[in-house]
Amino acid sequence: MRAAGSTDCWSESPRGRVVTDALLQVENLTKRFGGITASDDITMDVVDRELHAVIGPNGAGKTTLLGQLTGELAANSGTIRFAGTDVTRVPAWRRSALGLARSFQITSLFLDFAAIDNVALAVQAHAGHSFRLWRDARREPALREPARAALERVGIGDRAEVLAASLSHGEQRQLEIAMAIATRPRMLLLDEPMAGMGPDESTRLVTLLRELKREVAILLVEHDMEAVFALADRITVLVYGRVVASGPPGAIRADPEVRRAYLGEEASTRHG
Amino acid sequence: MLLLLEQCLNGLQFGLLLFLLAAGLTLVFGIMDLVNLAHGSLYMMGAYFAASFSALTGSFVAGAALALGATLLLGVALEVVALRKLYGRDHLDQVLGTFGLILFFNELVRLVWGPAGLSVALPDWLNRPVELLPGVFYPAYRLAIITVALVVAAALYLTVMRTRLGMLIRAGASNREMVGALGIDIRLLYSLVFGLGAALAGLAGLMEAPILTVQIGMGENILILAFVVIVIGGIGSIRGAFLSAIFVGLVDTVGRAFLPDLLRLVLSPAAASTAAPALSSMLIYLLMATVLVLRPEGLFPVGGR
Amino acid sequence: MMASFPRRAVIATLIAGLVLLPLLTSLTGDAFVLTLFTRIVILALAATSLNLILGYGGMVSFGHAAYLGIGGYAIGILAHEGIGSGFVQWPVAIVASALVALVIGLLCLRTRGVYFIMITLAFSQMIYYVFAGLDRYGGDDGLTIYQRSQFAGLIDLGARNQFYYLCLVLLLLAIWLTSHLMSSRFGMVVRGARSNDRRMRAIGFPTFRYRLACFVIAGTMCGLAGALLANHTDFVSPAMMHWTRSGDLIVMVVFGGMGSLFGPLFGAIALLALEEALSRVTEYWQIILGPLLLLVVLYARGGIDGLLERIPTGSRRD
Repeated sequence: MRAAGSTDCWSESPRGRVVTDALLQVENLTKRFGGITASDDITMDVVDRELHAVIGPNGAGKTTLLGQLTGELAANSGTIRFAGTDVTRVPAWRRSALGLARSFQITSLFLDFAAIDNVALAVQAHAGHSFRLWRDARREPALREPARAALERVGIGDRAEVLAASLSHGEQRQLEIAMAIATRPRMLLLDEPMAGMGPDESTRLVTLLRELKREVAILLVEHDMEAVFALADRITVLVYGRVVASGPPGAIRADPEVRRAYLGEEASTRHG
Repeated sequence: MLLLLEQCLNGLQFGLLLFLLAAGLTLVFGIMDLVNLAHGSLYMMGAYFAASFSALTGSFVAGAALALGATLLLGVALEVVALRKLYGRDHLDQVLGTFGLILFFNELVRLVWGPAGLSVALPDWLNRPVELLPGVFYPAYRLAIITVALVVAAALYLTVMRTRLGMLIRAGASNREMVGALGIDIRLLYSLVFGLGAALAGLAGLMEAPILTVQIGMGENILILAFVVIVIGGIGSIRGAFLSAIFVGLVDTVGRAFLPDLLRLVLSPAAASTAAPALSSMLIYLLMATVLVLRPEGLFPVGGR
Repeated sequence: MMASFPRRAVIATLIAGLVLLPLLTSLTGDAFVLTLFTRIVILALAATSLNLILGYGGMVSFGHAAYLGIGGYAIGILAHEGIGSGFVQWPVAIVASALVALVIGLLCLRTRGVYFIMITLAFSQMIYYVFAGLDRYGGDDGLTIYQRSQFAGLIDLGARNQFYYLCLVLLLLAIWLTSHLMSSRFGMVVRGARSNDRRMRAIGFPTFRYRLACFVIAGTMCGLAGALLANHTDFVSPAMMHWTRSGDLIVMVVFGGMGSLFGPLFGAIALLALEEALSRVTEYWQIILGPLLLLVVLYARGGIDGLLERIPTGSRRD
């Protein structure tokens, strides 16, 4: 397991450190919406089994970045490489098949299906084609078992048969994660999973993520600083679509530009 | 050449009429997110009101003014009583609900005015040719339609672009929640917008009345064309509706007029005469289908919902 | 898809009634009721096909009646040209519907929401105008069919009872097919795409191909209904595929309960029976039907099936 903060195969580049055999490699990613540059020449990477957090003030372009990584948004320029393959122009559904799974910032579930059906669908998506027209999918152990396991893992195993719309907000966020992990991805893209969660649920999620990062790479977009600093191996800070800092948590905490961006002029002058 | 000019003017006239219909439709869709199939029924009611009121008063202009007022009132009543409940619903629900209203209005008209079509007589001063250029004549009434429609279009543009109401309309089209949050009485705004749309539809209907036969179901045919216009022009965009309405009007009219001749150049006369009518009717749908296949969001999509 | 007891009871009674109907009508000598119910069953088949894409798939096609027309005209045109054998006519009707559905689906399914409604409407109007322009086959006035599809003595479509049972069997087969199709993996994709297409693609489904397949299956089934309808009325005309006919089919699916197995049948019965009953009261019955539709949409969204589901059973709730 690669220790967090080790520097063996990192090379320096003006925009930040680029690992040459990272699982996810983003280079010079730029996205414009009319006159606004939402992603400004972003270069970053995520290595296997690390938890790389992306933070930044509101409007920094974090969700836009995620959108380009998943394939919902097309970048104007730059490249995205996942597991060695150039996926910049690959459609969203195919990236998922390659092992890139995501959770949504605004809960996006199949509300009229039960929790287990939601997860079973995620499993089904990675179980070959779905031109099977006869057998009842709800009775297929190949789909139900992994689904149930994923629900147990995130802690809502006992809510399997409940309609997704009837779950509490926190449980829905957990279901989001269950769906993401049920596809046995190589990398998870999590968009503010803690949003709207109470303290108990947040703690549980932090524990889960700590476990998960030993198995998969995780790119975590989050506002909850406690969770971020507790979990992250590396943190990248985005401000107005640009990477202003990237490195281990300790370095980020001390970085004056970051402090300025987050805490204002006052804080940076106070600490020189 | 003269024929082409005449057909172009007809196309312009038809296009402007389509614009009046499409403007109301696109406003209602853009701001209240309401798909209103019964918009064509308001057009039909405008025509029927015009027929009755002008017969009653003996004057076309008086009848037209009364019809406009009546349609406006009908529109507002419809919004308050029935359509208000459809806001925020799935588009399918709105399509179904307003489809039911079409059935209702068609039957109501049959009950009140009978199944036979009506005609509306024009006063002499409108019912004569006007000399546009030396030797070039065009019906005065059609010119009147063009003039009125252009004036209304200009007024609409000024209202939407330069007044406070217009600003609210434009804001509402791109961000409904914000307008509500600004403390504007959103329900009043909606009723006003719907009333405006109804008035425009009624105006189109009453102006068309003397040219066509006023009959049951006349709303549906033109409604589809109005939808084609806003699909091509982009939902919520008045400018888009104007441009595409003129375009659609010209294509439809000029196409129908010259397609048989064009076809005869490439097909045998027999084949041309069988294909021509079907193809001219299909022209507009082919146009819309092409646009949607190439740009599923329309040509001038308005910002995020 | 667990059914509550009242629902199952109603469905069982209904099927029993439909099966026994010809016996009843031969006893009373009332041929009209049998004719009415043959029409109901055929339209229920068409509505069942629409339910696949609309009820389960969330694809609001305002052009579904086009397939009724295509299936019907396949029969009509072939009969007119002297090909009376059902063994040729019916496969042609089915294949033609499938091909048209494939083409239309390929072109339309990239669009969403109201654009999809409009583009399906546009295509069905185009098809309407094509057939209205076919002077050779009656154009606007339509085409009379002088002899029903011949099946070399296996079945006589001219015999009312036999024809009725054929239609009923096909309807029940279609419902059975729908049941399996929609609970299979394929059906889950289609239903998932209806629920949240964006999420489906995010988890890795190329939803387009599955929705297209569903669209083609629906069109094909409706084409078969069209073939039946042509035989039933001994007549085809472009009016069969006018967009208001598509509206009728949508009404049936919604009245009956979208995404439910027997909803389309409930809806067909409701609409046609309502039509019959109301028109005896007043010839202006649509004045009542129109607002009724609006009320159903506003307050009884689940349709008849939804209402049956809500009847308290006093037993275990699912």
